Amino acid sequence: MKKLDRNQIAARVARDIPDGAYVNLGIGLPTLVADHLPKDREIILHSENGVLGIGARPAKGMEDEDLINAGKEPVTLLKGGAFFHHADSFGMIRGRHLDYCVLGAFQVSVAGDLANWHTGAPDAIPAVGGAMDLAVGAKNVLVMMEHLTKDGKSKIVERCTYPLTGAHCVNRIYTDLAVIDVKPDGLHVVDIVEGLSFEELQRLSGVPLKPAAASKAA
Amino acid sequence: MIDKFIATAAEALADVPDGATVLIGGFGNAGMPAELIGALIAQGAKHLTVVNNNAGNADAGLAALIGAKRVRKIICSFPRQTDSWHFDKAFRAGELDLELVPQGTLAERIRAAGAGIGAFYTPTAFGTRLAEGKETRRIGERDYVLEYPIHADYALIKADRADRWGNLTYRMTARNFGPIMAAAAKCTVAQVRETVSLGELDPELVVTPGIFVKRVVRISPLRKVA
Repeated sequence: MKKLDRNQIAARVARDIPDGAYVNLGIGLPTLVADHLPKDREIILHSENGVLGIGARPAKGMEDEDLINAGKEPVTLLKGGAFFHHADSFGMIRGRHLDYCVLGAFQVSVAGDLANWHTGAPDAIPAVGGAMDLAVGAKNVLVMMEHLTKDGKSKIVERCTYPLTGAHCVNRIYTDLAVIDVKPDGLHVVDIVEGLSFEELQRLSGVPLKPAAASKAA
Repeated sequence: MIDKFIATAAEALADVPDGATVLIGGFGNAGMPAELIGALIAQGAKHLTVVNNNAGNADAGLAALIGAKRVRKIICSFPRQTDSWHFDKAFRAGELDLELVPQGTLAERIRAAGAGIGAFYTPTAFGTRLAEGKETRRIGERDYVLEYPIHADYALIKADRADRWGNLTYRMTARNFGPIMAAAAKCTVAQVRETVSLGELDPELVVTPGIFVKRVVRISPLRKVA
């Protein structure tokens, strides 16, 4: 089978984001999605710290310390972009104005529960940021992650063992092996990577999946 | 006559008592009132409760305040950073308490304080460990968590321009927590890059009206410290 690399997963996510969408890309892996958004679509990127209309990374030497994203990386602003304070920014999130957010995850459950902020280790210093707001607020919560942990366990689970970020909030999961929709009646496979059978994906995932035939590939 | 301009950061913060609750603006370095924090460290107030999105980066600003052991409690959403060593050390040594709040709930709790709201229900964090022990309520089809405002004695913020009435404008993402923190504190101190005469700020573009601001200190970019 041909596992997708990080950029290929990001490109697969980008394909599903339509023209005109307002989108928040989470810190880390999801920020790669920005590099793959189709050029013929006008998609407006939001960042929690108070900006809509984020553009490309600035050229070296052109960074401005007052113009950063939620990952505290320097960014640029598109024509038409806007700044606003933190309460407005999270009002946009919580008030269901964002069409999509893309988040990383440690685990996603069959019911769409998301765990992505805390490993649960007793000595870990907890940090949550805007993850819980995005999980409950965006109209579509997309998760991108590797399908399996380093020791081969499925990150799609019957019940999350890590502390939850949000309950019943994930709509679609993108992994290096498949794209899977989370629906009230269970997990529906949308895409599988080349060379991997549904049966093998089912075996690796360890939770009940419904085959792609039911929901034709996007 | 109203004149909120104060000559130095030291004068502007001279009356901060031990045990005060202090909102500190900024998200990363953008909007962080570094010179005001420096003056607060020099002033010596201790046992402070500090509210900020983070818990300090590297050795400057809020990190230095924590390093100087002036902070008893921190209310924030994202303390753990690759360079949050002052917080990490103090937290692991049990020298300060942490109240971890989801970022949007943090912002709304600050906004609620400034807007006279007694409490509010938010869907954020329902069903998670950050909602444990809190009142919840089902409204319509959704579950919500009851959250209370964060009132403060002081707010230290960084804006771009100000007039002597305390009207403020900001610069790009440095705005972040400034406007809501200004409204939530009894005494808001703004450090600004430039002071201007009354009438020079376009009233359509004033972001924080002067009613929310008590003191304004101009920090010359040439005298940048820490």
